[in-house]
Amino acid sequence: MPPSTSSAITLNINGEKYTLPVDHRTTLLDALRERLDLTGTKKGCDQGQCGACTVLLDGRRAVSCLQLAVAAEGREITTIEGVADGDELHPVQQAFLDLDGYQCGYCTPGQICSALGVIQEHAAGWPSAVTDDVRPEAGPPPLTADEIRERMSGNLCRCGAYVSIVQAVARAAEAEAETAADDARTGTEAAI
Amino acid sequence: MTTATGTPAVTGAVGTAHTRVEGLAKVTGAARYAGEIPFAEMAHGWLVLSTIARGRISAIEEDAVLAMPGVLKVLHHGNAPRVDTDYTGLLGRPDPTIAVFQNDRVPYLGWPVALVVAETSEQAREAAEALVVRYEEEPHDVVFAAGRPGTYTPDGSAAQKGDVEAELAASEFVVDAEYTTPEEHHTMLEPHAAMARWEDGRLEVVDSNQSTMWVAGELANLFSLDPSSVRVRSEHVGGGFGSKGVRVHQVCAVMATTAIHRPVRVVLTRRQMFSLTGYRSPTAQRVRLGADPDGRLRAFAHESQNLTSTVHEFVEPSATVGRVMYDADAHHTVNRVVRLDVPTPTFMRAPGEAPGSFAMECALDELAEQAGIDPIALRVRNEPDVGPLSGLPFSSRNVLSCFEEGARRFGWADRDPRPGVRRDGRWLLGTGMAAAAFPSNALPSTASVTAEADGTFTVRINAADIGTGARTAITQIAADALRVSPGRVRTRIADSDFGPAGIAGGSMGTRSWGWAVTVAADELRERLALGGTVPPEGITVRSDTTEAVGALAKKERHSFGAQFAEVAVDVATGEVRVRRMLGIFAAGRIINPLTARSQLVGGMIWGLSMALHEEAVRDAASGGHVSPDLAGYHFAANADVPVIEADWVDDEDPDDPVGIKGVGEIGIVGAAAAIANAVWHATGVRHRHLPIRPDRVIVAGTGTGSATDAVTSDVAG
Repeated sequence: MPPSTSSAITLNINGEKYTLPVDHRTTLLDALRERLDLTGTKKGCDQGQCGACTVLLDGRRAVSCLQLAVAAEGREITTIEGVADGDELHPVQQAFLDLDGYQCGYCTPGQICSALGVIQEHAAGWPSAVTDDVRPEAGPPPLTADEIRERMSGNLCRCGAYVSIVQAVARAAEAEAETAADDARTGTEAAI
Repeated sequence: MTTATGTPAVTGAVGTAHTRVEGLAKVTGAARYAGEIPFAEMAHGWLVLSTIARGRISAIEEDAVLAMPGVLKVLHHGNAPRVDTDYTGLLGRPDPTIAVFQNDRVPYLGWPVALVVAETSEQAREAAEALVVRYEEEPHDVVFAAGRPGTYTPDGSAAQKGDVEAELAASEFVVDAEYTTPEEHHTMLEPHAAMARWEDGRLEVVDSNQSTMWVAGELANLFSLDPSSVRVRSEHVGGGFGSKGVRVHQVCAVMATTAIHRPVRVVLTRRQMFSLTGYRSPTAQRVRLGADPDGRLRAFAHESQNLTSTVHEFVEPSATVGRVMYDADAHHTVNRVVRLDVPTPTFMRAPGEAPGSFAMECALDELAEQAGIDPIALRVRNEPDVGPLSGLPFSSRNVLSCFEEGARRFGWADRDPRPGVRRDGRWLLGTGMAAAAFPSNALPSTASVTAEADGTFTVRINAADIGTGARTAITQIAADALRVSPGRVRTRIADSDFGPAGIAGGSMGTRSWGWAVTVAADELRERLALGGTVPPEGITVRSDTTEAVGALAKKERHSFGAQFAEVAVDVATGEVRVRRMLGIFAAGRIINPLTARSQLVGGMIWGLSMALHEEAVRDAASGGHVSPDLAGYHFAANADVPVIEADWVDDEDPDDPVGIKGVGEIGIVGAAAAIANAVWHATGVRHRHLPIRPDRVIVAGTGTGSATDAVTSDVAG
């Protein structure tokens, strides 16, 4: 008997478990879009060149078109459908909406997922190609417009919404930093 | 049931920033594009493209593929339904290459020779890749060059007055320069996708396009169907830029659903898009300017040449923009074409104006340099009162206000005109400017506006929102006409059953649709003002602007603008960085400042991308593209784009009910020229060939010549 070309897998997406049989050739992107009806993740090139299919895998950015669905088993997958908290938009989503960080909207879910990754990576102290001081003790560089441009360059936008995308990421990062500071303060007060 | 009167009148939506009405759906991933709407029993089609550039198909070995798992059908010229291309559609005669599988001829590399239909897209793709197609290959010719044999002048593509040679001879200053622009691709992020099915005797197509009326009409013609039996919808469109009209994916989906009696979806791959969805032709242009000592133009001559396929003529009218922009005693403009074994090019954002303004506005800058006149002053000196060739009045022409406002905000007055004298570390710095113009037209449209019993309103118009913000602008326009808040207006678009309306193209969309919506909403408001109650089915008023649009007085109707750019050039690495751009536009009344600014800035980014990055390279040996993907074809990424500002001056169109002109394309016009002129100002070298690649900058920067144009090099000391 020839080896099977499909398997039943369980994917953990946005906190929910989905069990499905998949053809081993199926990418995570196609599993999301074609099998699970999670079409918010977009297919712009299917070659890892445009970033439209960006999702978070265990909190880190990944292009889902270059990931086989079978290899995503056991990982925590966050797609655009899982970014908002119920009806309340995530600050990144709200900033894209308010500042018009998009036009046609097709690259937008990937941009937003990527922005979530950027804000976390930056907070964790990861340098980028435009970071002046990359010594570990230097700490996170200021999240300047140049830092955002560099870090968001894996997500192409043909409509040319980059200027407002940069503004939206900056605004959301500030909001998150303020929230984190508030949380830290509350935490300190509680400890006292 | 509610009373129709009694609510206070609200206006002021137009001109106020509004976030997109479909914004929530877009930022949450809920907005479904054409390839994302599920249908029961749907099969998947995958295209097989020719691997030769010219010849005949001698065999398609389908039997092996038909035996593969899940394969339902292999469509090809031996079994596909016949279609008719002998018709005149909305935009003229169709490109015959949309009629796939009709014969064994191969007109270019990457042309569909078969469609494999299977249960899943993986099965369809594997079978498509396994399908053996045999060819009788013939020699092909894909090499485009200025003046190459076979170049011809299509009827009606030249315009002239006066004797250019005589005026050039009498001129104090003469510029005679050749410019080229490469093949460029739309590369919108959403690939073309369509689902077709037969439902209750009608053909239903869910597609991503710039006009469902256009696509429905073409499909009805191609398949000899009653137009009323075709319904095309296109709710969300992931970018169009001129490429999303009738394309082979829709034709294939219709053929396949007809053959297998199930819904069929065909989605193009990114690589397939490079040969199947149109592109901007490369251009070879020559501009000759002759001027008096004070800079007044005596002669203006602009010749442009582009390529087209062997089977369909497409003219990229690059030489046409000067007919509006500048007057001269002698004025000659002509667009020429050469037929090659390539796909047919098509409209791409500002067709003609984008490449044409690059050549023309760079030539003006060269004249300003020669004559020792400021580039803005030179343009002011040549500002026409009426259409230079038509003699018609302008509906409005506020380009001087754009220069003035732009110069003030950019800091132009402090500019030292000398090239190659500013330095910031390894960077040479320069600034440049250019003018912009793009036609402002309207297309006849129909609309309906319904007063609902619950006090809300529903607008139905066959518009397309390809990222322009049209849905939101229409909502604002309707709200003002109805004197209610936009929150009470629901706008439904992109359904061919709504009736005819203009296309989302040529910067005509919002103007055309806004007109029809205003007429219907005005009448509805007047009817409701009479009092009474709204019945459960609502009160609907319909409009048709055919007569009103046709009655517009003949005028020169255009948007205008002024583009400014600052660049930094490292002549050692060849790197060019745009540091800032400013565009000031006179583009009619701005409906939604938030989304209009996005469109204008987006257009300017296209100009930046055109100036520095974009270039599709065709391989003469194979006849196909080198690296047809988003890595091989680079358009501006986030890190390529600096702070870019766009703004506008008052410029209401007095003949439009809403005052609109259109903002979709004007942003790209002149932008590449402003950057190229800034590169000259930084380095003293004229770059007349786009894109301004690092290798071209390095070669020019070392003093061996002006890029590939050594004869006319002008390298600063």
